[in-house]
Amino acid sequence: MRVDAEDNVIRVARLTKTYETAAGPFPALRGVDLDIRRGEYVAIMGPSGSGKSTFMNLLGCLDTPSSGEYALVGRNVAHLPGDELAALRNRTIGFVFQGFNLLPRMTLEDNVALPLVYAHVEREERRRRAREMLARVGLEGYARSLPARISGGQQQRVAIARALINGPRLILADEPTGNLDSHTSEEIMTFFRELNDEGITIVLVTHEADIAAHAERQVRFLDGLIVSDRPTPRMEMPTC
Amino acid sequence: MLSVMLGEAWHAMGCNRLRTALTMLGMVIGVGSVVLMMAIGQGAQYAVAQTISTMGSNLYVIIAGWTQQAGVRSGGGYGFTLRLGDADAIEELDGVSLVAPAHQGTQQVVYGSKNWSSVIVGTTPAYLEARAWSVASGYGMDDSDVRSATRVALVGKTVVESLFEADEEPLGKTIRIRNTPFTIIGTLAPKGQNLDGRDQDDTIIVPLTTAQRKVFGVPFAGSIRQIVVQAESNEAMPAVEKSVTALLRQRHRLRADQDNDFYIRNLAAAADSAAETTRVMSLLLGAIASVSLLVGGIGIMNIMLVSVTERTREIGVRMAIGARQKDILAQFLLEAIMISITGCLIGLALGIGSALAVNALTDMVIVISGSAVLVAFVVAAGVGVFFGFYPARKAAALDPIEALRYQ
Repeated sequence: MRVDAEDNVIRVARLTKTYETAAGPFPALRGVDLDIRRGEYVAIMGPSGSGKSTFMNLLGCLDTPSSGEYALVGRNVAHLPGDELAALRNRTIGFVFQGFNLLPRMTLEDNVALPLVYAHVEREERRRRAREMLARVGLEGYARSLPARISGGQQQRVAIARALINGPRLILADEPTGNLDSHTSEEIMTFFRELNDEGITIVLVTHEADIAAHAERQVRFLDGLIVSDRPTPRMEMPTC
Repeated sequence: MLSVMLGEAWHAMGCNRLRTALTMLGMVIGVGSVVLMMAIGQGAQYAVAQTISTMGSNLYVIIAGWTQQAGVRSGGGYGFTLRLGDADAIEELDGVSLVAPAHQGTQQVVYGSKNWSSVIVGTTPAYLEARAWSVASGYGMDDSDVRSATRVALVGKTVVESLFEADEEPLGKTIRIRNTPFTIIGTLAPKGQNLDGRDQDDTIIVPLTTAQRKVFGVPFAGSIRQIVVQAESNEAMPAVEKSVTALLRQRHRLRADQDNDFYIRNLAAAADSAAETTRVMSLLLGAIASVSLLVGGIGIMNIMLVSVTERTREIGVRMAIGARQKDILAQFLLEAIMISITGCLIGLALGIGSALAVNALTDMVIVISGSAVLVAFVVAAGVGVFFGFYPARKAAALDPIEALRYQ
């Protein structure tokens, strides 16, 4: 089991999530099983209301399931207390959002370094690593700029730098190209490709087929269940 | 970690300067008024304590009662019920250290081309001793002055200033009171106002016998208007009051069903009530000012709630990248405390400044004590924590998913 767990970054079994609504309980997830191995690049697809967002929230330790098992890097995290979930989000998972979600009043350097603040890293070390990470996403000259001064694509790269700064095992990207034009989207997707080649596990939520095509594996949700799980057909790779 | 959070709180305060300033204004006014009111209240207490210390300690003043002549009643102090013999008898009582019979009234005083209305006190040397009144220059009078009714006078500071030029030496000069010449043998040390606000330095002290014969005139020889009695100690005062009352009733041959024909005024009690009055006043001032501090605190809570709502998405992002609930709580709490402490410091400066201005522009006494400043500061910090806690807890309790979705 232990060896198995080491290999599986994500191991989900019989996962359910039921929301209490005014109209009665609403089952958003109705028993999901999914294993994602280390270094995999998975696209999660499905229409609105299919449960894919709920699933991503559970994967990201932002929420806890109603029932079922969730092992993250070999550790059962389904029912951990809030502070331990926060620590997992800080060190094990890197989030990339559709709306970038940079803090508008902070410099890019401070934005990138923010996870390190909650990891109690010293100031000089934070600054050094943040600058390193900014250089890695090609924005070394912008350390003291504010997010509003740079383009959407650049902002998303800063957000990726922030997601990467604590050396996560898993990147969760929720529609990362939803607010970007197609050219910039390609750039971001190429960057994800490079990260994946370096061994980082990536789970990507999208409803665009050509974005999903960048992943190696496509998981499709419908009505709270996984309806298909297959490798991306190579010949369908779009050409730009 | 703390330095980062302090920096962030400072940064957040700077991001909306007008709003932060307006929020702080509540604290500034609150703390400023608390400091000012406490300075004024404590100043009043100090002034009263000063006045009390000039009265002389453990004193009773026995005042002659009213009399009735053909249906006309005189006011208290103008009867003829007290006699010199009463004073001599009181002196024999246990627990009494000094007795000074006195006769006082207001008369016009003339020196050269100037004149002035002043209070003339005809008394014995014991009076000065009981009132702890020292002679600033020249000599005091002695018992032989009283015995032989010499025409000598001791004058207070105000009298000197009113009758003499600034460079004139009053000692040895002759003033006229009701056409009787008196030689000034000494000047009295300044005492300031008494509890009623009367200027105690506007006083001329002359021998009792001279005053009765030449200044006031007495229809019955040996009658006096008041007797100042000093008890040996504060503890002895109730016993002295009792024995003096019994003695005087006996001497005046009053039956059990008759009222006293004299009044005993306890100056210590009057002083206590004056001190109590100012104490209550300063408490009241402080309480009223505290209300504005409370209102300032509510202002902080109000703005922090707005701030939490505005920054819901930021809170969501922070949670997603690993902030624990207590990190978020600490962040917003710290921001509230910083606003309140900064406001408090400005308020302290303004409060102390306006207290000094009050002192400079009026003759009101103000006392700025370190403890008052400390209390204001601690209360302000407490207000920040108290009113910052609810918004901060609200921020910390946000669901990260909801917060991230917030537009």
